[in-house]
Amino acid sequence: MIMRISTFFYSVKQGLKNIWRNKMFSLASIATMSACIFLFGLFFSIVSNFRAMVKTAEEGVAVSVFFDEGVTQDQIDEMKQKIEKRPEVAKCEYISAEQAWEDYKNIYFEGSEDAAAGFADDNPLANSASFSIYLSDVSLQDALVTYLKSMDGVREVHESEVVANTLSDFNSLIGYISVGIILILLGVAVFLISNTVTVGISVRKEEIAIMKLIGATDYFVRAPFIVEGITIGLLGSAIPLLLLYFLYSKVVVYVADKFSFLSSMVNFLPVGQVFHTLVPVALVLGVGIGFLGSRLTIRKHLKV
Amino acid sequence: MIKLEHVSKSYSAGVPALNDVSIHIEEGEFVFVVGNSGSGKSTLIKLLLKELEPTEGTITINGKNLGAIRRKQIPRYRRNVGVVFQDFRLLKDRNVYENVAFAQRVIGTSTRKIRSSVPMILSMVGLAAKYKSFPKQLSGGEQQRVAIARALVNQPKILLADEPTGNLDNHNAWEIMKLLDEINQRGTTVVVVTHNMEIVKAMKKRVITMKKGVIVSDDKPGE
Repeated sequence: MIMRISTFFYSVKQGLKNIWRNKMFSLASIATMSACIFLFGLFFSIVSNFRAMVKTAEEGVAVSVFFDEGVTQDQIDEMKQKIEKRPEVAKCEYISAEQAWEDYKNIYFEGSEDAAAGFADDNPLANSASFSIYLSDVSLQDALVTYLKSMDGVREVHESEVVANTLSDFNSLIGYISVGIILILLGVAVFLISNTVTVGISVRKEEIAIMKLIGATDYFVRAPFIVEGITIGLLGSAIPLLLLYFLYSKVVVYVADKFSFLSSMVNFLPVGQVFHTLVPVALVLGVGIGFLGSRLTIRKHLKV
Repeated sequence: MIKLEHVSKSYSAGVPALNDVSIHIEEGEFVFVVGNSGSGKSTLIKLLLKELEPTEGTITINGKNLGAIRRKQIPRYRRNVGVVFQDFRLLKDRNVYENVAFAQRVIGTSTRKIRSSVPMILSMVGLAAKYKSFPKQLSGGEQQRVAIARALVNQPKILLADEPTGNLDNHNAWEIMKLLDEINQRGTTVVVVTHNMEIVKAMKKRVITMKKGVIVSDDKPGE
């Protein structure tokens, strides 16, 4: 059925009026929703930061590949191409023997360059040309290592098994915990909100019955309640978002300021990056719960 | 206009609230349905509003078989039947004007039309001056007038009144009855369920008497 424009505006107006008429109920619903979305947002911010830190750590994990003696530069280039094609590889860097010696010198002969000069014509690391391979996903390190070992011209593969395993375990742990906590929060939110809506609607049961007896369609009865539910959902998610935005910015500055020794280990995501995802998710969640809550609950009372 | 043929209605307990009831009401009639509580009067009104389905028999209104109306079409059907209750059933948080206008909003009437028709109907029931009042600021008689205005604003062919004077004193009861009679004079078929025998006798209209779910008498005026 096509809704008349006047009916549409009437429904919107009634929905907004209902929020005001049932101030206590609306306030209770908004508060409940806000609390749930706030917890969700808080948790989301923490998890995103954790994930970002783990990701940074992952990017530092490299597998080193050393070559057999006598392998030519052409063969090395060919190997590099093959390795780079693999999906788990983020980056493959070639470090020549000269480069390796340069790096070594810079670290271990700092201040006594003369001693190093003795090796000028005889690179002690002549056989140390290597690839440093960075992974896009550390959990795939084993597969890569097996592949590398099977390649012709590979003498040795160095991997950091402990770091990789710990990181990938940690990552999946965070994944499970986040899904678990989000499900619990959603369950609690739906329960609390449908309870509040039930109370609100049973108060208005009489009103709904009257509407139905004078010939209102289900749609006409429902529309203001849905407008009400969506508005409550919108407010119930906007309020905690604002609060979180404010809190997050403050906390990041505070921690960076007071615990500066942490700044090398802990790197907070900028507030914009967290909210880029959090805002749409929280709004959809709030509006969705408001919409579904009012729709499902009112259905019971429409059979007059 | 209203035709019940061998209609029975049983609730789960098994004792029939209505038992093989047949009634025929012509267009433009004024009919009282009387009886003690438990006689089946209220069940009759609920069946006519399609709040309940008969266990047996058929009900035809304006030539339409109610049994054939699907759930989705019920609102459209109800718009052709005005209804007034003992407890008025007004929306408490809306004023007189909004309560009457509501019946028109429900059917998608334009705001412009509502603005002209609501004051007209309110002056017909004698409440033009109180359009801004809320139900609790009105007397019982006045609240019932608002309910009648709401029932009539969409110009239904039938008006059902379920104990419309049940909550009113004698004076107000008479005022409401006079109003219903006026409405009937204008061509609306009126069915009033009541147990106020004093009024029923004085009005000299058709009276259908029910007892324990069956019709025990059907007296037409002048018979």
